[in-house]
Amino acid sequence: MERRLLLEHVDVPGIRTYDVYRAKGGYEGAEKALKSMTPDAVVEEVKTSGLRGRGGAGFPTGMKWSFLAKPEGVPRYLVCNADESEPGTFKDRFLMQHIPHLLIEGMIVSSFALGANTAYIYVRGEFFYVIRILEAAIAEAYKAGWLGKNIQGSGFDLDLYVHPGAGAYICGEETALLESLEGKRGNPRIKPPFPAVKGLYDCPTVVNNVETISAVVPIVKMGGEAYSKIGIGRSTGTKLISASGHINKPGVYEIELGVPVEEFIYSDAFCGGIWKNRKLKAVVAGGSSVPILPTELILKTANGEPRLMSYESLADGGFATGTMLGSGGFIVMDETTDIVHNLYTFTRFYRHESCGQCSPCREGTAWMEKILHKILNGQGTKSDVDLLWDIQRKIEGNTICPLGDAAAWPVASAIRHFRHEFEALVTGSKTSQPADIAV
Amino acid sequence: MEPSTEVKPFSPETEALMQQIISRYPAGNQKSALLPLLHLAQAESDGWLSVPVMDRVAQILGIQRIEVYEVASFYSMFNLKPVGKCLIEVCRTSSCWLRGAYDIVSHIENRLGIKAGETTPDGRFTLRLVECLGSCGTAPMLQIGEHYHENLTIEKVDALIESNGQNTRHSTYLDHNTFQTKR
Repeated sequence: MERRLLLEHVDVPGIRTYDVYRAKGGYEGAEKALKSMTPDAVVEEVKTSGLRGRGGAGFPTGMKWSFLAKPEGVPRYLVCNADESEPGTFKDRFLMQHIPHLLIEGMIVSSFALGANTAYIYVRGEFFYVIRILEAAIAEAYKAGWLGKNIQGSGFDLDLYVHPGAGAYICGEETALLESLEGKRGNPRIKPPFPAVKGLYDCPTVVNNVETISAVVPIVKMGGEAYSKIGIGRSTGTKLISASGHINKPGVYEIELGVPVEEFIYSDAFCGGIWKNRKLKAVVAGGSSVPILPTELILKTANGEPRLMSYESLADGGFATGTMLGSGGFIVMDETTDIVHNLYTFTRFYRHESCGQCSPCREGTAWMEKILHKILNGQGTKSDVDLLWDIQRKIEGNTICPLGDAAAWPVASAIRHFRHEFEALVTGSKTSQPADIAV
Repeated sequence: MEPSTEVKPFSPETEALMQQIISRYPAGNQKSALLPLLHLAQAESDGWLSVPVMDRVAQILGIQRIEVYEVASFYSMFNLKPVGKCLIEVCRTSSCWLRGAYDIVSHIENRLGIKAGETTPDGRFTLRLVECLGSCGTAPMLQIGEHYHENLTIEKVDALIESNGQNTRHSTYLDHNTFQTKR
């Protein structure tokens, strides 16, 4: 069943505007926090809620907040990561486009909790029409006294700005994002120091995803305890899932964590089953970087338990038989899908998006793309498949940021679960759509 | 690279808007405004960044020209060469590929008589293939300037080519009203 905390009012006409959002209970979370809570109490509620980062890593948000250094006289910053670029993921765009004030309210509450008086929303450059929507909503919030000096008489000041990116997946990595926000190339920084100590302009900084910051609003409204009872186990609350690929009803769905994968794929409340009456072949459950799983492993774990849409259940079995919830970018493939060609689109993506700083990633992604290109064009050999395996293994864990891992995992999992498809191409028993068409 | 001798200011409105955007960042960190300024500069300069245009941005921000060039060449939305009046950017990554992006690309190539990456001889269209635009649930899709065109069909693509064939201005990602600096 769908469970709406973030998207509760998404269908209300005019919800994008301040007046309608406010009439539907908007800014009551900010009102509660600023007028009746201390910043530390807000942090405690978020800790109690069990909220985990919704951008992909799933790190506990309250814990991330508690790492923020608070030296006297040094400004702190909150930066919202709206550089949504993981292939298969389009939930943040949906949220900002339809309910921009929810993010703004989340920014106010979170900045208050962290003691930040300046905050930025870093939006991927291709989303300029979303930036236009956010800018209009921010102007409304200033006018209504929710941003600026002495917000609603609380004594708390906050200036909120939108910052456009310019086309670079790597800027979704938080230190690359900070570099980019400082007007530089998006090269990730070596950690430590972590942004919580030395972030934007060398000041303590928290970087959180759009959905994470938005979730702070219902948490403050209902209390962390109540929020923690939604979901399953350590996967608390709701999650926005971006569903795409060969399904009848692609789109963004807000689910209570713990919905069975089978229900998510086949129920009319969600994906509505596989298109064209075909059968399911494989799923990439959490954005392009997480391991692809064949039907038998995405619907059930290796132990035969039903697989659930939760951090733990999707990861059950490790990378041998499991995957990750990641960003919630759920890409479904039907029985006709050429797994090697799909992998090629991912690998080409990572080659294009590698910042070039670390040799294993810069060189490895390019080699993997070339080898896949060769295989798709019918010129591959059996040893090419082993070479692909070897290269991805040498990228993983050997780079400054996780882009290297993100490029390696799709290759490893495709070979692990669909080696026969690679072999059919290299032995000539099957042909693929040529790769050249889109090079 | 030789210092550019053709540096000239942008329009007074753009220069003023650039100053307002610079004020969004703490004093001493004006370089943060580089990406938004380059977007504005590109929009006013026929959709691409020539060396004199980048040099003017460096002047405004008080930074070295190389600091602008190295950034402009890193991000895929900045064009360092002229582009057609209508820049068509078709997403080709997984979810779009799964739902027929290559068919869309082939159709546009045939219709315009160019290959991806090329510009029509009359300068009206440039076709470019891009990586995931975050519109996977409405695949296949393409972007022209600020606008996303989603759930594409051959008919929709034909209509887009028709309606953009006589554009007098370059497609841009933003205009002066995108940033609402007056609050």
